[in-house]
Amino acid sequence: MKPPPFAYHAPTTLDEALQLMAEHGYGAKVLAGGQSLIATMNFRLAAPAVLIDLNKIPELSIIQPTAEGGALVGAMTRHVQVEQSELIARTAPLLHATMPHIAHPQIRNRGTFGGSIAHADPAAELPAFLRAVRGQVLAQSRRGQRWIDADDFFIGLFSTALEPDEIVTAVRLPAMPARSGWSMQELSRRHGDFALVAVEALLTLDADGACDDVRLAFCGVGEGPVLATAAAAVLQGQRPTAEVIEAAAAIAASDDVDPHSDVHATSAYRRHLVDVLAKRALTAACARAAGEEV
Amino acid sequence: MNQIMKISVTVNGVLYERSVEPRLLLSDFIRHELGLTGTHVGCEHGVCGACTILFDGAAVRSCLMFAVQADAHEIVTVEGLSPDPQHLDALQEAFWEAHGLQCGFCTPGFLMTLKPFLAQNPDPSDEEIREAISGNLCRCTGYEHIVDAVKLAAAKMKESSS
Amino acid sequence: MSKRYIGQRIKRNEDPALLTGQALFTDDVHLPGMLHVAFVRSDYAHGRIRSIDASYAREMPGVVAVYTAADLGAYWRPGPPLVSPPPVKGAIFNARTQVPLAKDKVRHVGEAIVMIVAESRYIAEDAVEQVFVDIEALPAVVDLEKALAPDAILIHEDLDSNLAAYIFQQKGDYESARAQADVVIKRRLYYDHGIAAAMENRGIVATWDAKTQRLTMWDTTQAPVVIRNGMAAMLGLSESQVRVIAPFIGGGFGPKIMMFYPEEVLLPWASMQLQRPIKWIEDRRENFFATTHERDQIHWAEIALTKEGRVLGFKDEFIHDTGAYDPYGLTVPINSQCTLLGCYDVPNYASEFKVVFTNKTLVTPYRGAGRQHGVFVMERMLDIAARQLGIDRAEIRRRNFIPPDKFPYNNELIYQDFVPLVYDSGNYEPALDKALEMIGYEQFISEEQPRLRAEGRHVGIGVVTYVEGTGIGPYEGARVQVESTGKVNVSTGIGTQGQGHFTSFAQVVADQLGVSPRDVHLVTGDTDQFHWGTGTFASRGAVVAGNAINAAAAAVRRKILAMASRELEAPEEDLELVDGVVRDKKNPEFAIALKDLAAKANPLRGAVRPGTEPGLEATDYFGPERGVTANGVHAMILEVDPETAMIKILKYVAVHDCGTVLNPLIVDGQVQGGIAQGIGNAFYEKIVYDDNGQLLTASFMDYLLPTSMEVPSLDIGHETTPSPLNPLGTKGTGEAGAIPVGPLFAQAVEDALAEYDLEVLEIPLSPNRLFELLQSKNKDA
Repeated sequence: MKPPPFAYHAPTTLDEALQLMAEHGYGAKVLAGGQSLIATMNFRLAAPAVLIDLNKIPELSIIQPTAEGGALVGAMTRHVQVEQSELIARTAPLLHATMPHIAHPQIRNRGTFGGSIAHADPAAELPAFLRAVRGQVLAQSRRGQRWIDADDFFIGLFSTALEPDEIVTAVRLPAMPARSGWSMQELSRRHGDFALVAVEALLTLDADGACDDVRLAFCGVGEGPVLATAAAAVLQGQRPTAEVIEAAAAIAASDDVDPHSDVHATSAYRRHLVDVLAKRALTAACARAAGEEV
Repeated sequence: MNQIMKISVTVNGVLYERSVEPRLLLSDFIRHELGLTGTHVGCEHGVCGACTILFDGAAVRSCLMFAVQADAHEIVTVEGLSPDPQHLDALQEAFWEAHGLQCGFCTPGFLMTLKPFLAQNPDPSDEEIREAISGNLCRCTGYEHIVDAVKLAAAKMKESSS
Repeated sequence: MSKRYIGQRIKRNEDPALLTGQALFTDDVHLPGMLHVAFVRSDYAHGRIRSIDASYAREMPGVVAVYTAADLGAYWRPGPPLVSPPPVKGAIFNARTQVPLAKDKVRHVGEAIVMIVAESRYIAEDAVEQVFVDIEALPAVVDLEKALAPDAILIHEDLDSNLAAYIFQQKGDYESARAQADVVIKRRLYYDHGIAAAMENRGIVATWDAKTQRLTMWDTTQAPVVIRNGMAAMLGLSESQVRVIAPFIGGGFGPKIMMFYPEEVLLPWASMQLQRPIKWIEDRRENFFATTHERDQIHWAEIALTKEGRVLGFKDEFIHDTGAYDPYGLTVPINSQCTLLGCYDVPNYASEFKVVFTNKTLVTPYRGAGRQHGVFVMERMLDIAARQLGIDRAEIRRRNFIPPDKFPYNNELIYQDFVPLVYDSGNYEPALDKALEMIGYEQFISEEQPRLRAEGRHVGIGVVTYVEGTGIGPYEGARVQVESTGKVNVSTGIGTQGQGHFTSFAQVVADQLGVSPRDVHLVTGDTDQFHWGTGTFASRGAVVAGNAINAAAAAVRRKILAMASRELEAPEEDLELVDGVVRDKKNPEFAIALKDLAAKANPLRGAVRPGTEPGLEATDYFGPERGVTANGVHAMILEVDPETAMIKILKYVAVHDCGTVLNPLIVDGQVQGGIAQGIGNAFYEKIVYDDNGQLLTASFMDYLLPTSMEVPSLDIGHETTPSPLNPLGTKGTGEAGAIPVGPLFAQAVEDALAEYDLEVLEIPLSPNRLFELLQSKNKDA
C-alpha cells in the first residue's frame, strides 16, 4: 500500500498556488490535510500526476468573525482548531456540536475544514452542516474568485462545482438567525466512523411559534449532502407539535432521501434511521428555538 | 526520472537531512530512512493509529503524510519519550505497571496519542480517556488495562508536579 | 520449591523494550542490499489463467526479478498437509493444499500469481500494476450450502464434488434418548467467526549467506522450529543451515501458525536465487486476502430434555467452510464438534459435519478455532429450552453441569489432538455463582430490570458458560542455564506474540532457583537457541512450554543442590535457594552464591570427576498425555435502543478457571483481550463476500475492529481448579475470553427486547441485522 509517484509542489503563497493550479489543472490534486487523499493514494485508487500542497500557506488557516455576526473559516484550518474555537462555539453552535463526530483526535489534528468540504464525501458531516446553515464556499483561481452557495456547491458523489483550476480557500458561515434552534444527530457503526446516517438541523420559529425556515440536511443517504425539502415544506408555517414533527420525519424518509445499500446498512435501514433521526433532531431544534435547554 | 527533494527534519531533537522521493510516506521515512523503527505501521489507511507521532506537538498519523511535508518541521517519536529502557517516563512507567500492552505493536501509537492528551487533560475521566484513544486500535488488551494505565499516568504526573 | 513468584501480579520483563520502541519486529530488520517484494494477486475468485504478461514489469528500472509459477521450476509444489485428519472411523478427508503461486487456476481473490522483487516496495508495487494476467472467469462457489449442489462447479476438478471432509462422531445413543424426552427442540443456527486482524501484518525477511552457507529468516510465525525444518527440507539444506527467528510479533491469534504460507516458501528461495537479502511485509489490504480467515458454519441442532430441563441428548449436523484449500486439516470443525457439549453432562450425542471447499481465503484456526461455533449452538439451545420450560437461564445450566465428582470426565469424542477428549478437572458451580454475584443477577432480574422497563428502557442480562480444551501436545522443551553472572538463561522453541512468556516463564524459573524473575532472561523463537518444539497455539504455551521450563529448572535445581551440598558440606535437605544464593537453612551464614557455583561448575583448568556435565544447565521436555480443560462463565447487561437498533453494554463480567494462575495480571489481560475480540465477532466484525467471491470488507473502514468506545470496562474473576495432568497445575487461557461472547450477546439482546419475543439464532449481529429482526416481528404483529 504505497502511493504511486507524483510531482510535488508546495507553494508558500496563495498566488503561487493559483498559478500552479492554472498550469496543471485537471492532472493536479490539492493536498490539504490529506487524511482522505493519502489513504486513497495508498490503496492506489487515486493517482494524481501533480500534488499541490497548501500546507505552507499560513493565510489559509484562519477563523475570523464576519461583520454579519457569523464566522469565516480558512480552508486550511485544522478540524481541531474549529473544534476548540471559542468563536465557533459562540457563533456556530451546530458546528461546534458536529466537530467531535469527525473521525478521531489524530485525524482532527491534521484534517482540514476546507479539505473536507472540497472532498465532498457523501458520508461526511461537514457538507451536510454547510447546507443546513446555508454556508458559502469561496473558490479562487487565477481568473478571479467567487462565492458559491452550499446548495450549489455539492453536485454529486465526491464532486463539486469547483472548476479544475479553482481552490477552496475559505468558508463563510452565516450568523445564527434569531429564534433559531439546531441539532445534530448521528448514528455510526463505531465511535468516529463515517455516519450510517447523520442529520444537521437548523430551524427558525416565527413570533407565533410556527416553523419558519427549516433546514434539515442528511449525510450517508445519497450522492452528496441531502437537503430534506419535502420535510421542510411539511413544517413550514406549522407549529411543531409532535404530530407535525412525526409527519415531517416520515416524509423525509419516504420522499427526501434515496439511500444506497452497502455492507453496513441496507437502504431500508438507512431510510428508517432518517425517520428516527429527523424526529429527534427536529424535536431538539424546536426546543432550542423555543428557548428550552436541551 | 522521479523527482527527488532535499528535506531537513528535526526528529527527537536531532536534525536529519535527507533526499527523498515526494511519495515517500512519512512513516516509511521515519522507520526506514532514519531507522527509528519504534513507530509501527498497521494499516496505511489512517485507521489503526499505530503510526501516530507528534508533528509540531500534535498527534498525527504518519502514514497519512508524505516525508516532504515534514521539511522544516519537528517530530517526536516513541524513541524520544525517554533516553533508554532503564529510564521510562511517567506514561511508559504507568503502561508497564498496569499491563497496558501485550504484543506491544500498537503501544507506541497509544503513547504518542496520550502524550499531548495528558498534557492538556491532567485529570481525565474514564470517558475522556476512551474518547482520546478511540483512534488507536489494540487487538490484544481489550483496552481495560490501557485505561488503567492512563489513569495511573495522570496520577503519577500530578504527583511529580506537586 | 517455594511459590514466591508464581501467582504474583508481576509487571513484565519484556515491556521496557516495547515501551521505548527498541523491541525488534520483523519489519524492523534492515539488511544492506535488501530487496523488496510485492505480489500480483488474483482479482478473480475462480478462474483459469490463460496467460501472464510480465514483460513490461521486467523492464522497469529498479525491478530485479519477476517470478511466475513457471519460473519456479521444480521448486513449485503444493504445500504439505499440516494437520492430518483425526483417526475417526468412516472419516472422509480430501487434502488439497495451497500452492506458492497459482499456475493453471486461481481459487480465491488475493491468491498470489506473480512475485515481483525490486529495489523498494514502492517500485515493486509500481511493477505489480504493469503485469497483465489474462484470466477466464469461472462461476465462484461462495454459498456453503450451494457448494454441495450436484451442479456446483468444482474448485478442485480432480474431485467428484466440493466436499473436503466428512466426520461422524457419537456417544451413547441419541435416538433412544430422544424417545424418552419430554421436549425436543430443533433449530437452524448460523455462526460466522471473522479474521484475526493482528495489528502487525505478516512479514518475512530472508537472507542467504553464501560464505557461511546459511539461511537466516525472520518470520512472523507462531511456529519457528517447524518453519525451520520445513524450509530446510524444501530447499535441500540441512536443518542446521537454516535459522528461523520469530522476533517480537505484533499479535498472532492463530493465523500466524498456518504453514506454509506461499510467501514463506518463496522468500528464502528467492534470496538464494538472487544472493541478496529480501523482505516482504504484508500490507493491510493483503492481510484481508492472503492471511487465513475463520468462517461460518450452519448447524441443524436438536436437543432432547426432560421437563425439568435435564438434557438427555443432543444431535447436531453442520456444514463448515474451509475456503479454497484445507492444509490445516479438520482442527476447526473438530473443535466445534467436541466443544459443543461444554460444561454439561450430556449422555447421548450424535454429531456429523461436512466440510466444503469454497472460492474464498483459506480457513485455519483463529482464537477459539471453531469452539465459538459449538458453544453458540449449545448455549442457544439451552436458552430456548429454558424459555420453553419456564426455567431460569442460570438454573438450567446448573442442573446440567458435570458434577465435580465425575472428573476426569470422558466425553468420548476424538479431539484435535487425536485422543478422546477427557476433561481433566473442573468445578463449574462456584464459577457460575461468582459470575452471578459479580453481575448482580438476582437483583437485576427482580428489581433493576423491572424498574428500567417501567421507564421505557430495554435492558437485558445474559449468562453463558463454556469449556475450552487447551494445552494439547505433542510436546515442548526448554534449556535452563545459570550463568556465572548469576543471571539465568532460558530458551524454548515456541514463539511469542504478546502473551507475557518472558515474565510468566521467568516466574516459574525464579521459584525453582530462588532468583528474581528480573534475573531470568528468556529467549524464545530463535531456532539457533533451541530447536525442538511445535509452536504457540491452542492455548498451550503456559501448559506445555511452562511445564517444560519448570522441569528443566527443577533439573538445574537438583544440580545446584548436589553441588552446593558438596561445597558447603551440608546435606541437600538442609539447603535452600533464596535471593541468588544457596544456604544452609540452619546456618544461613553458610552460603554460596549461584554465580560462584556456576563458575565452579565450568572449570577452565584441572580435572573433573568422570561423568561430570559442565555448567548449571539442563534441558527437559514436557509432553502431556492429553490436553487440559479450562472453563468459565461470562455475564453481561446490555441496553438496546429498539428505534435505532443500536446497543450499549452496561456491564460485563467474566469468571475464568485456568487452574494455577502463573501471573494474574497477564491472565486478566488475556481474558479481557479475548472478550474484546468476542465483542467484535458478535456485533461489529463481518467478512462479506459478494456472489462473485469478491471480498467487500477488505479495509479497516469496513471490517470494524472494536475501539475503546465499543469495549466496556471488563471485570474479571478467577476460580482455581488445578489440573492434575501437569506439575504446575496450569490450564490454557489464551483463547478463553473470545469463546462465549456470541451466545451471550444473543441472550442479552433477546432479554432486552423481551416484548418483541425475538429468537436470535445467528452471530454476528449488527444494528442493521437487529433492525431486520425487529422489523420481522413488527410485521408479525
